[in-house]
Amino acid sequence: MSTTTQPSTGTAGGGSGDDHHEIIHSSKRFGERLFTQLTKGSGIGILVILAAVATFLVGLSIPALTADVKDLPYGNFWSYVAPFAFGTVWAAALAMVMAVPVSLGIALFISHYAPKRMAQTLGYIIDLLAAVPSVVFGLWGINTLAPAVRPLFLWLNENLGWIPLFSGAVSGTGRTVLTAAIVLAVMVLPIITAITREVFLQTPRLHEEASLALGATKWEMIRQAVIPFGMPGIISASMLGLGRALGETMAVAMVLSPDDVINFRVLTSQNPNTIASNIALSFPEAYGLGVNQLIATGLVLFIITLAVNMTARWVIARRSEFSGAN
Amino acid sequence: MSTAVTTPQEASANSLIAGQLPKYTPWATLLVSLGIAAGLLNSVGHFSITAVALSGIALFLVGMFALSSAVEGIRKAKDRLARQMVSLFFLVALIPLISLIAGVAVRGSERLDGKFFSYSMRNIVGEGGGAIHAVYGTLIITGIATLVSVPIGMLSAIFLVEYGRNGRLARSITFFVDVMTGIPSIVAGLFAYTVFSILFGPGTKTGLAGAAALSVLMIPTVVRSTEEMLRLVSNDLRESAYALGVPKWRTVLKVVLPTSIAGIITGMILAIARVIGETAPLLVTAGLTSSLNTNPINGPMTTLPVFVYYSYVTPGIPQEPYYARAWAGALTLILIVMGLNLIGRLVAWRFAPKSR
Repeated sequence: MSTTTQPSTGTAGGGSGDDHHEIIHSSKRFGERLFTQLTKGSGIGILVILAAVATFLVGLSIPALTADVKDLPYGNFWSYVAPFAFGTVWAAALAMVMAVPVSLGIALFISHYAPKRMAQTLGYIIDLLAAVPSVVFGLWGINTLAPAVRPLFLWLNENLGWIPLFSGAVSGTGRTVLTAAIVLAVMVLPIITAITREVFLQTPRLHEEASLALGATKWEMIRQAVIPFGMPGIISASMLGLGRALGETMAVAMVLSPDDVINFRVLTSQNPNTIASNIALSFPEAYGLGVNQLIATGLVLFIITLAVNMTARWVIARRSEFSGAN
Repeated sequence: MSTAVTTPQEASANSLIAGQLPKYTPWATLLVSLGIAAGLLNSVGHFSITAVALSGIALFLVGMFALSSAVEGIRKAKDRLARQMVSLFFLVALIPLISLIAGVAVRGSERLDGKFFSYSMRNIVGEGGGAIHAVYGTLIITGIATLVSVPIGMLSAIFLVEYGRNGRLARSITFFVDVMTGIPSIVAGLFAYTVFSILFGPGTKTGLAGAAALSVLMIPTVVRSTEEMLRLVSNDLRESAYALGVPKWRTVLKVVLPTSIAGIITGMILAIARVIGETAPLLVTAGLTSSLNTNPINGPMTTLPVFVYYSYVTPGIPQEPYYARAWAGALTLILIVMGLNLIGRLVAWRFAPKSR
């Protein structure tokens, strides 16, 4: 019991912590012990599950890395995974470029510009987007978005074709990496908006009013008081959105017409596939070592998302000391 | 651009509103710029609603900025631009939402009939058939996942808030729950697939494996939301219970949990809503079948999202009935998820503790 009760003496609970600390010790009741062990057991259960996830993924990935190249259905693992890893990062990056400014704008609109009475309702409306399952986003992407953006793609190609990004022959279906990125952007938008909105609402009233009292316009007030205060929140929200965009499977699998190339052109029909989407598309037909190779690509995806999440947490931990929050 | 000339003159006529654009200016500028855009595009021969709207709005932003910086100064102009951009972004976000919901509602309602909810796809080629097998599959798999993750998640959250108290174990659980939140859904699916292949032979596809994958995704959400709600319970309540000699575990069960139960239930419902629409992990774990299978430990089981996916990407001939069923399934999914969200919010709003 010492592990659970010892830390409780040193917490913010203060004096009362010491009191119940003694009560626990004086009456070692069965119920108390059972309940404590039960909760502790569940907590450890989570650690066990995660350890199992890591062990199984690593364990089944090893054959894909060590086996002879001749036995591997998809060839050398690293050259197999490289285009997909690139596609994953590329599609997610494009999505973030679109989603972050728009989400921040929406969050500001809801928290500072919209009439106070409507703010909550408007927030719910944006949250509705988060409720749409990814397979429905996929259907929408193929049927509505791809045909709708094709004229825009043609225009971009005609007028801005000298930028390498927009060069090449425009895809006839509109199912390019840019379309997939737009779908991803729409999917992560409610996530980023929901978090940043809450952060913006928590800006200390005094900071805002001090800025306005010095004659700042609303926009200057937002730049002086709201944005610096919300910076850690903005970063963590964006990173969470990025994590979602990296791991999103179905929307990309349905919208993108894939190819295994590394290619920065966003309007052509030669699009790098993403890891997640490739697993979903190839897994049903995979056999033998191919399954191991796909699992190994899943491990690569897991490591990429893990790195993103860890970076986010590191940034927040570093920034929070300087933020207005304290 | 007649307004650009007249407004400053009008403004300077009255010293009280000098250096300020009248209230109707933005609307007038918007109309004028839309008109100019329409006229220009029409004369070039590229007239379309989208093109007019896009270029008109761009023209409006530029024109308004120029107008305002000339009359009101650059700071006011920036302020206006920010307000317009922010409102514009909000409207832009509504476009996909409206087009998506309208599109799914229109195309989905074609086949959303009694037959859709009473027939499976067994021996169905072409017209007819339904998704009752997928509805059952969704309910069973999500139900098992909920039964597994809710107790584990809730008890762990109680441990973190009430017992862990920043000890090493609590800190590592918090850290790994964060890690778990970031697991991509397809990776959770691969994990469940590998576990079940090792236990029950390679290529095993069962509903239980799907439920395991969903649990991995659901547990961190449940822990997070429960933890947040438990932390909101005021320490005064706990201390009052201790002062009356109530042991800690009874305090948690009889005081802390009832106080926060509304928020916890809302968190559960939102967690269910999140996993019920998952496709990718079920694609690799639960497989596909066209018959009704209610046994989660034997044979593949189709869920609604997987049904929608396969109906759409691998239609039979003729394609139209398969597409119609896919859209009907998508509409059902949206209705379920939005209904769950609505119930969650209602619970939170109706049973919220009246502390103040």
